[in-house]
Amino acid sequence: METIRDKVAIVGMGCTKFGELWDKSPEDLMVDACYEAFEDAGLESKDMQAAWLASLVSGCTGSRLANAIKLDHVPITRVENFCCGGTDALRNACYGVASGAYDIVLAVGVEKLKDHLGGFGQFITAPFDSSKVDVDLPPANFFAQFATRYFHHYGISMEEGKKTLAKISVKNHHNGTMSPKAHLRREITEEQVLKSPIISWPLGLFDCCGLSDGGAAAILTTPEIAKTLKDDYILVKGLGLANGNGSGLLDTEYGFTSMPENVECSRMAYEQAGIKNPREEIDLAIVHDCFTIHELILYEDLGFSPRGKGGEDVEAGTFTLEGDLPVNTDGGLKCFGHPLSASGLRMVYEVYKQLQGKAGDRQLKDPKIGLTHNLGGLPSYFNCAVGIFGKEAG
Amino acid sequence: MVGITSFGAYVPFLRLDRSAMGKGGKGEKSMANFDEDSITMAVAAVMDCLDGVDRDAVDGLFFASTTSPYREKEAATTVAVSADFRKDILTADFANSLRSGTNALRAAADAVSAGSAGQVMVAASDIRLGAPGSVFEQSFGDGAGALLMGGEDVVAVLEASYSVSQEILDTWRIDGSPFTRAWEARFTGGQGYQTSMWGAISGVLKKTGLKAEDFAKVVLYTPDARSSMRLAAGLGFDPKSQLQDPLFGVMGDTGSAYAIMMLVAALEESKSGDNILLASYGNGADAFVFKVTDKIKEMTSSRGGMKRNLASKDVIDDYSRYLSYRSILPGTADIYPIPFGSTSAPAMFREVDKNFRFHGVKCDHCGTPQFPPQRVCAKCHTKDQFQPVRFSDKRGKVFTYSMDAFASPFDSPAVIAVIDFDGGGRMESYMTDRTVKDVKIGMEVEMTFRKLFEREGIINYFWKSMPVRFSSEG
Repeated sequence: METIRDKVAIVGMGCTKFGELWDKSPEDLMVDACYEAFEDAGLESKDMQAAWLASLVSGCTGSRLANAIKLDHVPITRVENFCCGGTDALRNACYGVASGAYDIVLAVGVEKLKDHLGGFGQFITAPFDSSKVDVDLPPANFFAQFATRYFHHYGISMEEGKKTLAKISVKNHHNGTMSPKAHLRREITEEQVLKSPIISWPLGLFDCCGLSDGGAAAILTTPEIAKTLKDDYILVKGLGLANGNGSGLLDTEYGFTSMPENVECSRMAYEQAGIKNPREEIDLAIVHDCFTIHELILYEDLGFSPRGKGGEDVEAGTFTLEGDLPVNTDGGLKCFGHPLSASGLRMVYEVYKQLQGKAGDRQLKDPKIGLTHNLGGLPSYFNCAVGIFGKEAG
Repeated sequence: MVGITSFGAYVPFLRLDRSAMGKGGKGEKSMANFDEDSITMAVAAVMDCLDGVDRDAVDGLFFASTTSPYREKEAATTVAVSADFRKDILTADFANSLRSGTNALRAAADAVSAGSAGQVMVAASDIRLGAPGSVFEQSFGDGAGALLMGGEDVVAVLEASYSVSQEILDTWRIDGSPFTRAWEARFTGGQGYQTSMWGAISGVLKKTGLKAEDFAKVVLYTPDARSSMRLAAGLGFDPKSQLQDPLFGVMGDTGSAYAIMMLVAALEESKSGDNILLASYGNGADAFVFKVTDKIKEMTSSRGGMKRNLASKDVIDDYSRYLSYRSILPGTADIYPIPFGSTSAPAMFREVDKNFRFHGVKCDHCGTPQFPPQRVCAKCHTKDQFQPVRFSDKRGKVFTYSMDAFASPFDSPAVIAVIDFDGGGRMESYMTDRTVKDVKIGMEVEMTFRKLFEREGIINYFWKSMPVRFSSEG
């Protein structure tokens, strides 16, 4: 088994403004994201030899992308992997290049959640049993169950636990103010978070990410071709994808304090990227903070903090823009917004811009290795995607 | 020797303070939760009745109700399968009459007596509606009773029965109308209730040669708090010492289940050798004489019965909640339809063992219990080597939970609990009949059969968790 490290380069990226884009169609978002990427790469649509389109609610077949940007009879695969769709489109595109099948390919993620009543909560008809007896509720519930158990397990009072979660939300809101394309762009206070209405106890409104429309795109090629296009291309270092087998809802040993999918998936990606100590070697991480509790658990699942100690690192400011390991520098799902299948590519967009030094007011000092992470689904049948990207080969 | 071999009851956890329905209302009435109907209450009563009973020895189930959820579709099958009875049993619905409960009782006794069945379960259940502001709205309560009729190990021998039939419009409900109607009480009480009940009771007394003073308890259906007293006194019984409390102030008239539920209450207080008279009413009357046997001493077990069911309650005084639970006020179910999508008869058909019998599996290889059933073991990955395990009578503990403020238009917050079953197995469950402030990790729960939702004219039933209602000690 070979590693994907340094075999594929990103030479162009695009990302639309995320938000409630009432006047944009899915096709508009495809055009806007792809044409920004084309311009960034100095390429045109006719240069794309294959494409992958990720979408849950705005999908159908790959032809929707061909139709929007008028790709002429190239192979396009629609990818549906829930919240991991965008990253999985990128992953498939990377293997298309690494295999030698294609030289230049396109990965796109688009979602028009706000065209549908209830966002996407009402669209989760699977993997639920079609006799419809499963607890089939919006995801806040499942993550709330992790929060309840996490605090209980580590002997953290609900009050203290919620304060830690509030700090995560405040941080991401602060970062979001510096992201022109983010959905929600205002500072909030811990008190506001703690006083916000309960969505699914113990999680309140500010513990939950925004549901948004948006699109993002990436152009991938070999490092050899990349060199001919630009100096500041970014290299793919590692790609993980892990799907849970559902045993946690059958097996009483599953603890609801960690998502094993996160652990296994990041282990795959670290191995490919040659990362031994993620806390030290990773310069920024853009992770799936669909709910604040998940970002807290992720600090531990991704190996940034010891078990049960994520809160202490939050307290120490480790994950702020000024901290040792900034997390969600662009505002995260919380503020950038979460158009499911577009989110993974939006995260890569942030890492790409940061590594290139083009992240504006939120630019970190000379980051070299960045991580992206998505997770979607249900407890113990989550699917998880992790990407690691770097500036330099080796 | 045909008689009752076991008995059980179900009174919903919720009670509506009668003053919530209008000034002058006294006491409270039992009120089904938003996720209950006559089928779910019947299942609960049957499960209560099955305490200490081998369910595989039950040869039939008769469901009796005037409020069967479906106008066309058998309810007895749903009750039987949810109680996890054998497939080769006789099921039948007894409907339309307030007397359907005792009609079913009589038919069950006759089947046992004729030798066509060893034991037959009778489940009577009702959730009747009186029009807002009506006397019936005040008097009707919801509940279910179950009697297992058999020929061996009888707790109360059926000594005799006697019935009269009477064509009269006293109370009725025409097809399509949700509300029970009545002619004036002076007519219905005198010409209907008193006449028919008198006829049936006199008949059974004559048949047995017993006198009023020979009875320890007289159990009489009554449409209100006083009619049965007048009837009992007229027949020579002492209402004070002999008449079974009609539980009017704490429950109300539970329709076809009422006489059976009161009989269960009487049996709970009875001793060996007691004669009990039972009479129910509805277009005629059925009267029965039971003699309690020594076996009654063995019935002090973990069943809920009437006493514990009545004692375990949450009294509410929110009339709008009652109206929306009974769909008298239009609900918001259609505005925010959770879960999304259509119901599927083939999927429901395919999942009968899982959804109704509540069967999980136990791996033959590693012994791990699992719900829902799997093809490949989650623990040892062995394929297709499982034995079915019934989870409906297992208890469990809350491992973790959430409380959703938006998921339920009827019962907010929706408590979603991950429960670990005693003996193994785990489930993500809706929790019902809970007091929000009492929900916590480690809380003991049991399973209850409920309606999840109704859509496209199909009711989707499944099991929910609820806090353990009665402790096993007593």
